[in-house]
Amino acid sequence: MDKNADAFRRVGDLPVKRVVGSGIDTAALRRTGIKDADVFMALTNGDNTNIMAAQIAQTQFGVKIAVARIYDPYRAQAYREMGLSTFCTPLVAARLLSDYILGRKWSGVDDYVDPIVSGRAEIEEN
Amino acid sequence: MYVVIVGGGKVGYYLTRELLNQNYEVLLIEKDRSRLTILQEELGEVAFYGDGAEIRDMEMAGFERADVVVSVTGDDEDNLVICQMAKKRFNVPRVIARVNDPENMCLFHQLGVTETLNSTCIIYNLIEQTIESDEVIPLAALQQGKAEIVEVNVSEASPLVGKRIGEIVLPGQSLIIAVIRGGQARIPTADTVLSGKDTIIILVDSEHEALLNSFFADLQNVSI
Repeated sequence: MDKNADAFRRVGDLPVKRVVGSGIDTAALRRTGIKDADVFMALTNGDNTNIMAAQIAQTQFGVKIAVARIYDPYRAQAYREMGLSTFCTPLVAARLLSDYILGRKWSGVDDYVDPIVSGRAEIEEN
Repeated sequence: MYVVIVGGGKVGYYLTRELLNQNYEVLLIEKDRSRLTILQEELGEVAFYGDGAEIRDMEMAGFERADVVVSVTGDDEDNLVICQMAKKRFNVPRVIARVNDPENMCLFHQLGVTETLNSTCIIYNLIEQTIESDEVIPLAALQQGKAEIVEVNVSEASPLVGKRIGEIVLPGQSLIIAVIRGGQARIPTADTVLSGKDTIIILVDSEHEALLNSFFADLQNVSI
Protein backbone atom coordinates (compact mmCIF):
# COMPACT_ATOMS: atom_id res chain seq x y z
CA MET A 1 0.00 0.00 0.00
CA ASP A 2 1.28 3.46 -0.88
CA LYS A 3 -0.41 6.79 -1.30
CA ASN A 4 1.65 7.41 -4.41
CA ALA A 5 0.95 5.06 -7.35
CA ASP A 6 4.46 5.72 -8.73
CA ALA A 7 5.94 3.91 -5.75
CA PHE A 8 4.85 0.56 -7.15
CA ARG A 9 7.35 0.75 -10.00
CA ARG A 10 9.97 -0.39 -7.46
CA VAL A 11 8.01 -3.58 -6.88
CA GLY A 12 8.40 -4.40 -10.57
CA ASP A 13 6.39 -7.43 -11.58
CA LEU A 14 6.45 -9.13 -8.20
CA PRO A 15 3.18 -10.93 -7.61
CA VAL A 16 1.85 -8.61 -4.90
CA LYS A 17 -1.44 -6.86 -4.47
CA ARG A 18 -1.16 -3.06 -4.75
CA VAL A 19 -3.50 -0.54 -3.17
CA VAL A 20 -3.15 3.19 -3.66
CA GLY A 21 -4.16 5.05 -0.52
CA SER A 22 -3.08 6.44 2.81
CA GLY A 23 -2.35 4.12 5.73
CA ILE A 24 -4.39 6.30 8.06
CA ASP A 25 -7.47 6.18 5.83
CA THR A 26 -9.74 3.47 7.22
CA ALA A 27 -11.58 2.99 3.93
CA ALA A 28 -8.33 2.58 1.98
CA LEU A 29 -7.01 0.14 4.59
CA ARG A 30 -10.17 -1.91 4.21
CA ARG A 31 -9.47 -2.21 0.48
CA THR A 32 -6.20 -3.97 1.26
CA GLY A 33 -8.09 -6.76 2.98
CA ILE A 34 -6.55 -5.81 6.32
CA LYS A 35 -9.32 -7.62 8.19
CA ASP A 36 -7.65 -10.93 7.33
CA ALA A 37 -4.09 -9.73 7.89
CA ASP A 38 -1.88 -11.43 10.49
CA VAL A 39 0.78 -8.74 10.36
CA PHE A 40 0.63 -5.01 9.62
CA MET A 41 3.74 -2.87 9.22
CA ALA A 42 3.67 0.90 8.94
CA LEU A 43 6.97 1.92 7.32
CA THR A 44 6.35 5.38 5.83
CA ASN A 45 8.80 8.21 6.44
CA GLY A 46 6.37 9.87 8.85
CA ASP A 47 6.62 8.77 12.48
CA ASN A 48 3.20 10.03 13.43
CA THR A 49 1.57 8.49 10.37
CA ASN A 50 3.09 5.12 11.29
CA ILE A 51 1.97 5.41 14.91
CA MET A 52 -1.58 6.25 13.90
CA ALA A 53 -1.72 3.56 11.17
CA ALA A 54 -0.48 0.82 13.52
CA GLN A 55 -3.05 1.80 16.14
CA ILE A 56 -5.84 1.75 13.53
CA ALA A 57 -4.72 -1.73 12.40
CA GLN A 58 -4.90 -3.01 15.98
CA THR A 59 -7.97 -1.32 17.33
CA GLN A 60 -10.18 -1.11 14.23
CA PHE A 61 -9.18 -4.31 12.46
CA GLY A 62 -7.82 -6.52 15.25
CA VAL A 63 -4.49 -7.22 13.55
CA LYS A 64 -2.43 -9.21 16.08
CA ILE A 65 1.03 -7.92 15.15
CA ALA A 66 1.17 -4.29 14.10
CA VAL A 67 4.55 -2.59 13.97
CA ALA A 68 5.27 1.12 13.60
CA ARG A 69 8.62 2.28 12.31
CA ILE A 70 9.61 5.34 14.31
CA TYR A 71 12.75 7.32 13.45
CA ASP A 72 12.78 9.41 16.61
CA PRO A 73 14.22 7.13 19.36
CA TYR A 74 12.53 9.09 22.17
CA ARG A 75 9.14 8.91 20.55
CA ALA A 76 9.72 5.21 19.86
CA GLN A 77 10.52 4.64 23.52
CA ALA A 78 7.48 6.57 24.68
CA TYR A 79 5.16 4.48 22.50
CA ARG A 80 6.91 1.27 23.46
CA GLU A 81 6.14 2.11 27.06
CA MET A 82 2.52 2.64 26.05
CA GLY A 83 2.55 -0.89 24.62
CA LEU A 84 2.91 -0.30 20.89
CA SER A 85 5.27 -2.47 18.84
CA THR A 86 7.86 -0.07 17.52
CA PHE A 87 10.91 -0.46 15.34
CA CYS A 88 13.46 2.32 15.47
CA THR A 89 15.59 1.85 12.36
CA PRO A 90 18.30 4.43 13.17
CA LEU A 91 18.88 2.78 16.54
CA VAL A 92 19.20 -0.68 15.00
CA ALA A 93 21.53 0.61 12.27
CA ALA A 94 23.65 2.46 14.84
CA ARG A 95 24.04 -0.69 16.91
CA LEU A 96 25.01 -2.77 13.90
CA LEU A 97 27.52 -0.16 12.75
CA SER A 98 29.11 0.35 16.13
CA ASP A 99 29.62 -3.40 16.46
CA TYR A 100 31.21 -3.43 13.00
CA ILE A 101 33.49 -0.44 13.71
CA LEU A 102 34.56 -1.73 17.10
CA GLY A 103 35.25 -5.13 15.62
CA ARG A 104 32.74 -6.82 17.89
CA LYS A 105 31.10 -10.01 16.81
CA TRP A 106 27.62 -9.43 15.52
CA SER A 107 25.26 -10.79 18.04
CA GLY A 108 21.90 -12.42 17.66
CA VAL A 109 19.10 -10.57 15.95
CA ASP A 110 17.36 -10.06 19.28
CA ASP A 111 20.09 -7.70 20.43
CA TYR A 112 19.47 -5.40 17.50
CA VAL A 113 15.74 -5.44 17.47
CA ASP A 114 15.18 -5.37 21.21
CA PRO A 115 13.22 -2.17 20.69
CA ILE A 116 10.53 -4.41 19.28
CA VAL A 117 7.99 -5.47 21.80
CA SER A 118 5.89 -8.16 20.26
CA GLY A 119 2.29 -8.72 21.03
CA ARG A 120 -0.78 -6.64 21.15
CA ALA A 121 -0.60 -2.99 22.02
CA GLU A 122 -2.89 -1.65 24.65
CA ILE A 123 -3.63 2.01 24.17
CA GLU A 124 -6.49 2.30 26.57
CA GLU A 125 -8.33 5.32 27.81
CA ASN A 126 -6.84 7.45 30.56
CA MET B 1 -3.82 28.57 33.87
CA TYR B 2 -1.14 27.60 31.36
CA VAL B 3 -2.29 26.63 27.86
CA VAL B 4 0.00 25.14 25.20
CA ILE B 5 -1.22 25.33 21.61
CA VAL B 6 0.49 23.23 18.94
CA GLY B 7 0.22 24.40 15.33
CA GLY B 8 0.47 28.04 14.28
CA GLY B 9 -1.94 28.00 11.36
CA LYS B 10 -5.01 30.23 11.30
CA VAL B 11 -6.81 28.28 14.01
CA GLY B 12 -3.80 28.25 16.31
CA TYR B 13 -3.04 31.90 15.73
CA TYR B 14 -6.55 33.22 16.46
CA LEU B 15 -6.95 30.87 19.41
CA THR B 16 -3.69 32.17 20.88
CA ARG B 17 -4.79 35.78 20.44
CA GLU B 18 -8.16 35.10 21.98
CA LEU B 19 -6.64 33.39 25.04
CA LEU B 20 -4.06 36.16 25.45
CA ASN B 21 -6.87 38.71 25.45
CA GLN B 22 -8.47 36.74 28.26
CA ASN B 23 -5.16 36.98 30.17
CA TYR B 24 -4.26 33.30 30.02
CA GLU B 25 -0.62 32.23 29.97
CA VAL B 26 -0.20 30.82 26.46
CA LEU B 27 2.55 29.26 24.38
CA LEU B 28 2.12 28.60 20.65
CA ILE B 29 4.41 25.96 19.10
CA GLU B 30 5.18 26.09 15.37
CA LYS B 31 7.71 23.90 13.57
CA ASP B 32 7.96 25.86 10.33
CA ARG B 33 10.64 28.57 10.62
CA SER B 34 9.18 30.98 8.08
CA ARG B 35 5.69 30.70 9.54
CA LEU B 36 7.21 31.23 12.99
CA THR B 37 8.79 34.52 11.90
CA ILE B 38 5.38 35.86 10.92
CA LEU B 39 3.84 34.63 14.16
CA GLN B 40 6.61 36.18 16.26
CA GLU B 41 6.08 39.57 14.64
CA GLU B 42 2.53 39.48 15.96
CA LEU B 43 2.90 37.51 19.17
CA GLY B 44 6.53 37.94 20.22
CA GLU B 45 7.87 35.39 22.70
CA VAL B 46 4.55 33.59 22.88
CA ALA B 47 5.33 31.95 19.52
CA PHE B 48 7.86 29.17 20.11
CA TYR B 49 9.92 27.17 17.63
CA GLY B 50 9.58 23.44 18.01
CA ASP B 51 7.97 20.15 17.00
CA GLY B 52 5.04 19.44 19.32
CA ALA B 53 5.58 15.68 18.99
CA GLU B 54 9.26 15.76 19.91
CA ILE B 55 9.85 15.06 23.57
CA ARG B 56 12.72 17.52 24.00
CA ASP B 57 10.65 20.34 22.52
CA MET B 58 7.69 19.33 24.67
CA GLU B 59 9.88 19.53 27.76
CA MET B 60 11.21 22.94 26.74
CA ALA B 61 7.68 24.18 26.14
CA GLY B 62 6.78 23.15 29.70
CA PHE B 63 4.28 20.39 28.97
CA GLU B 64 4.79 19.14 32.55
CA ARG B 65 3.09 22.15 34.02
CA ALA B 66 0.54 22.72 31.27
CA ASP B 67 -3.09 22.69 32.37
CA VAL B 68 -4.37 22.34 28.83
CA VAL B 69 -2.73 21.22 25.58
CA VAL B 70 -4.58 21.98 22.36
CA SER B 71 -3.30 20.43 19.13
CA VAL B 72 -4.64 22.20 16.06
CA THR B 73 -2.28 21.28 13.22
CA GLY B 74 -3.69 20.42 9.81
CA ASP B 75 -2.61 16.78 10.13
CA ASP B 76 -4.66 14.33 12.16
CA GLU B 77 -1.73 11.96 12.73
CA ASP B 78 0.24 14.80 14.34
CA ASN B 79 -2.68 15.92 16.49
CA LEU B 80 -3.23 12.33 17.66
CA VAL B 81 0.40 11.72 18.65
CA ILE B 82 0.80 15.14 20.31
CA CYS B 83 -2.31 14.58 22.43
CA GLN B 84 -1.45 10.97 23.33
CA MET B 85 2.05 11.99 24.41
CA ALA B 86 0.79 15.02 26.33
CA LYS B 87 -1.64 12.81 28.19
CA LYS B 88 0.44 9.69 28.83
CA ARG B 89 3.95 11.02 29.02
CA PHE B 90 3.38 14.43 30.57
CA ASN B 91 0.13 13.78 32.46
CA VAL B 92 -1.50 16.92 31.10
CA PRO B 93 -4.94 17.06 32.77
CA ARG B 94 -6.79 18.25 29.68
CA VAL B 95 -5.91 17.64 26.03
CA ILE B 96 -7.96 18.81 23.09
CA ALA B 97 -7.42 17.70 19.50
CA ARG B 98 -8.55 19.24 16.28
CA VAL B 99 -9.71 16.45 13.99
CA ASN B 100 -9.58 17.40 10.32
CA ASP B 101 -11.25 14.30 8.87
CA PRO B 102 -14.66 13.75 10.53
CA GLU B 103 -14.17 10.00 10.02
CA ASN B 104 -11.39 10.12 12.62
CA MET B 105 -13.55 11.47 15.47
CA CYS B 106 -14.52 8.03 16.70
CA LEU B 107 -10.99 6.70 16.33
CA PHE B 108 -9.52 9.49 18.47
CA HIS B 109 -12.03 8.64 21.21
CA GLN B 110 -11.06 4.98 21.11
CA LEU B 111 -7.38 5.86 21.26
CA GLY B 112 -7.86 7.87 24.43
CA VAL B 113 -8.18 11.40 23.02
CA THR B 114 -11.70 12.14 24.12
CA GLU B 115 -11.97 15.87 23.60
CA THR B 116 -12.06 16.54 19.88
CA LEU B 117 -13.19 19.37 17.65
CA ASN B 118 -14.06 19.03 14.01
CA SER B 119 -15.09 22.12 12.09
CA THR B 120 -16.93 20.09 9.46
CA CYS B 121 -19.12 18.52 12.15
CA ILE B 122 -19.75 21.85 13.86
CA ILE B 123 -20.88 23.52 10.63
CA TYR B 124 -22.87 20.45 9.63
CA ASN B 125 -24.66 20.48 12.98
CA LEU B 126 -25.48 24.16 12.58
CA ILE B 127 -27.05 23.43 9.20
CA GLU B 128 -28.88 20.46 10.66
CA GLN B 129 -30.31 22.62 13.41
CA THR B 130 -32.03 24.79 10.84
CA ILE B 131 -33.80 21.78 9.39
CA GLU B 132 -37.01 20.92 11.11
CA SER B 133 -37.03 17.25 11.89
CA ASP B 134 -36.89 14.71 14.68
CA GLU B 135 -33.19 14.18 14.25
CA VAL B 136 -30.82 13.77 17.17
CA ILE B 137 -28.13 16.48 17.21
CA PRO B 138 -25.21 16.06 19.62
CA LEU B 139 -24.54 19.16 21.72
CA ALA B 140 -21.93 18.21 24.29
CA ALA B 141 -19.99 15.28 25.68
CA LEU B 142 -19.79 14.81 29.45
CA GLN B 143 -17.47 12.68 31.57
CA GLN B 144 -14.93 12.23 28.78
CA GLY B 145 -17.61 11.11 26.38
CA LYS B 146 -19.37 8.62 28.67
CA ALA B 147 -22.56 10.65 28.60
CA GLU B 148 -23.93 13.08 26.05
CA ILE B 149 -26.37 15.90 25.83
CA VAL B 150 -28.31 15.92 22.58
CA GLU B 151 -31.19 17.91 21.19
CA VAL B 152 -34.13 16.99 19.04
CA ASN B 153 -36.23 19.49 17.14
CA VAL B 154 -39.82 18.30 17.30
CA SER B 155 -41.43 18.83 13.92
CA GLU B 156 -45.08 19.85 13.50
CA ALA B 157 -45.76 16.47 11.97
CA SER B 158 -44.06 14.52 14.72
CA PRO B 159 -46.09 11.87 16.53
CA LEU B 160 -44.68 13.35 19.76
CA VAL B 161 -46.80 16.50 19.35
CA GLY B 162 -49.62 16.52 21.91
CA LYS B 163 -48.00 13.81 24.03
CA ARG B 164 -47.19 14.22 27.74
CA ILE B 165 -43.54 13.77 28.69
CA GLY B 166 -44.69 11.00 31.03
CA GLU B 167 -46.10 9.07 28.08
CA ILE B 168 -42.90 9.16 26.04
CA VAL B 169 -40.76 6.11 26.74
CA LEU B 170 -37.24 6.75 25.49
CA PRO B 171 -34.94 3.77 24.98
CA GLY B 172 -31.97 2.98 27.23
CA GLN B 173 -30.53 5.33 29.80
CA SER B 174 -31.91 8.64 28.54
CA LEU B 175 -33.93 11.46 30.02
CA ILE B 176 -35.56 14.61 28.70
CA ILE B 177 -33.97 17.32 30.84
CA ALA B 178 -35.32 20.45 29.19
CA VAL B 179 -37.93 21.64 26.73
CA ILE B 180 -37.18 24.81 24.79
CA ARG B 181 -40.24 26.64 23.57
CA GLY B 182 -40.23 30.10 22.02
CA GLY B 183 -36.59 30.56 22.93
CA GLN B 184 -37.19 29.75 26.61
CA ALA B 185 -35.88 26.68 28.38
CA ARG B 186 -38.15 24.94 30.89
CA ILE B 187 -37.54 21.97 33.13
CA PRO B 188 -40.34 19.61 32.15
CA THR B 189 -42.57 17.59 34.43
CA ALA B 190 -44.32 14.35 33.50
CA ASP B 191 -47.38 16.48 32.59
CA THR B 192 -45.61 18.85 30.20
CA VAL B 193 -47.24 18.44 26.79
CA LEU B 194 -45.01 18.72 23.72
CA SER B 195 -45.96 20.89 20.81
CA GLY B 196 -44.55 21.33 17.29
CA LYS B 197 -41.39 23.45 17.05
CA ASP B 198 -40.36 22.51 20.58
CA THR B 199 -36.77 21.55 21.04
CA ILE B 200 -36.13 18.84 23.61
CA ILE B 201 -32.80 18.41 25.33
CA ILE B 202 -31.90 14.86 26.31
CA LEU B 203 -29.20 13.47 28.55
CA VAL B 204 -28.11 10.05 27.29
CA ASP B 205 -25.56 7.41 28.18
CA SER B 206 -23.21 7.37 25.16
CA GLU B 207 -23.65 3.63 24.77
CA HIS B 208 -27.36 4.16 24.23
CA GLU B 209 -27.06 7.02 21.78
CA ALA B 210 -27.51 4.69 18.83
CA LEU B 211 -30.78 3.41 20.35
CA LEU B 212 -31.96 6.99 20.72
CA ASN B 213 -31.03 7.76 17.11
CA SER B 214 -33.04 4.85 15.78
CA PHE B 215 -35.95 5.69 18.09
CA PHE B 216 -36.26 9.14 16.53
CA ALA B 217 -35.52 7.86 13.02
CA ASP B 218 -38.45 5.45 13.41
CA LEU B 219 -40.67 8.34 14.51
CA GLN B 220 -39.84 10.20 11.31
CA ASN B 221 -40.92 7.24 9.25
CA VAL B 222 -44.19 7.10 11.17
CA SER B 223 -44.88 10.78 10.54
CA ILE B 224 -44.34 10.39 6.77
